[in-house]
Amino acid sequence: MIRSVPPPEGLLISPIKNGTVIDHITSGEALNVLKIIGITGTTTESVSVATNVSSGKTGKKDIVKIENRELRKEEMDRIALIAPHVSINIIREFKVFAKRGVERPKFLLGVVRCPNPGCITNAHEPISSRFEVLPNVLHCMYCDWLITTDITGHMI
Amino acid sequence: MKHIISIRDLDRPFIDELINHANHIASQHFNANSLSDKILALLFFEPSTRTRMSFEAAMARLGGTSISVGSIEASSISKGETLADTIRVVSGYADAIVLRHPKEGAARLASEFSSVPVINAGDGAGQHPSQTLLDLYTIQQSLPLDGIDVGMIGDLRYGRTAHSLTYALSLYRCRIHVISPKGLELPPALIGELRDRGTEVIEHEHVEDIIKELDVLYVTRIQRERFPDSASYFDVSSSYKVTTELLEGVRSHLIVLHPLPRVDEIDPEVDTLPYARYFEQSRNGVPVRMAMLQEVLK
Ligand SMILES: Nc1ncnc2c1ncn2[C@@H]1O[C@H](COP(=O)(O)OP(=O)(O)O)[C@@H](O)[C@H]1O
Ligand SMILES: [Mg+2]
Ligand SMILES: [Zn+2]
Repeated sequence: MIRSVPPPEGLLISPIKNGTVIDHITSGEALNVLKIIGITGTTTESVSVATNVSSGKTGKKDIVKIENRELRKEEMDRIALIAPHVSINIIREFKVFAKRGVERPKFLLGVVRCPNPGCITNAHEPISSRFEVLPNVLHCMYCDWLITTDITGHMI
Repeated sequence: MKHIISIRDLDRPFIDELINHANHIASQHFNANSLSDKILALLFFEPSTRTRMSFEAAMARLGGTSISVGSIEASSISKGETLADTIRVVSGYADAIVLRHPKEGAARLASEFSSVPVINAGDGAGQHPSQTLLDLYTIQQSLPLDGIDVGMIGDLRYGRTAHSLTYALSLYRCRIHVISPKGLELPPALIGELRDRGTEVIEHEHVEDIIKELDVLYVTRIQRERFPDSASYFDVSSSYKVTTELLEGVRSHLIVLHPLPRVDEIDPEVDTLPYARYFEQSRNGVPVRMAMLQEVLK
């Protein structure tokens, strides 16, 4: 532990040396963020999660901090679907080295599985799923199915 | 290259133009040899009599030739070939493909693998744009499409014609009245989408409550398979039946449509009333499909 670094934001979580802080997650979505970045009970990364933290900006928020790991573009696209207001902070040597927001992609290729069992994307064909991202729903561009809830549950 | 896959892909100018074109064709203004050098492949993975015959008739009226597989079961298609491969091969034989397939989205996939235009003739519970276009065509024969009151009655949950038609009507600022048995309502996500597009969607429990204010009554089939037993099916189907008594005192210009085949939804006595337009609607399939074929093959 390096004592000289002031513990950030309310002492909830100890500082990390290198890694990523996903801040301003829509409150309640932290576990889905972990799912998206593939963190399960068996992974070795050191991860801390804070949920329902007070935040001036949005009232309540969740935060996820992961040591020694940076996010891929594809992971940030997925996070944007469930928590469009996050900020991704890359931490190097205990300092915020870079900070960026995320953008909801317009289309999702092979990201979510269509819940419609009769959809051609669930048949044995050489295509991947394709969804259009609309304000409140994901629209299957093959069968017109609309996904309105539990987007992470449908991710491949 | 123009495909006709989903009513959602079509904008109002395209639909209006196609309807106009079909009106010309219906008044005998067309060249009976305009597609004489064209071959149409009919690829039907599901039995269908009307849609298939009316596409064949439309092609024949324009001087073109149709080819098709005799039976899907006897062909390589049932031996596990992907639809993508079948389409790649068949698009080498013909100038356009008409596809009917049990899986939703099959026609979209076909359009991605085909080197010739694809027309969707129904994919599973999904889209069936030629049906919707002929529905709109039939309505505009007697009424302006804009701002009318359209009642949709029957199985609005699984009935694909109802989904596509309500979506198309939202291009014309129609008011949509929905009347369906419990559990067979128009999907909430679709209602939400229609409302987001500025269309008024009003749900009614009984058709009697609204019938006198309608310009169009669109009746769809209630399938027996949706019910646990035949008693509950008969209960429901009899309370959604269109009869001469129901139509007493309606607007004089009301038209009653049905995509056919009907079972018990419309009493045969209604057939002789001036409101009944469902047989005309089915005849309209030919000029509308002629216009579609000319559109994709021009
Ligand atoms: N070394 C670190 N270890 C863990 N979390 C950190 C570290 N440095 C910053 N953070 C967290 O990263 C987020 C962004 O930090 P910062 O840019 O300083 O704050 P803000 O975004 O609130 O202006 C905050 O939630 C902060 O607590
Ligand atoms: Mg902050
Ligand atoms: Zn789908």
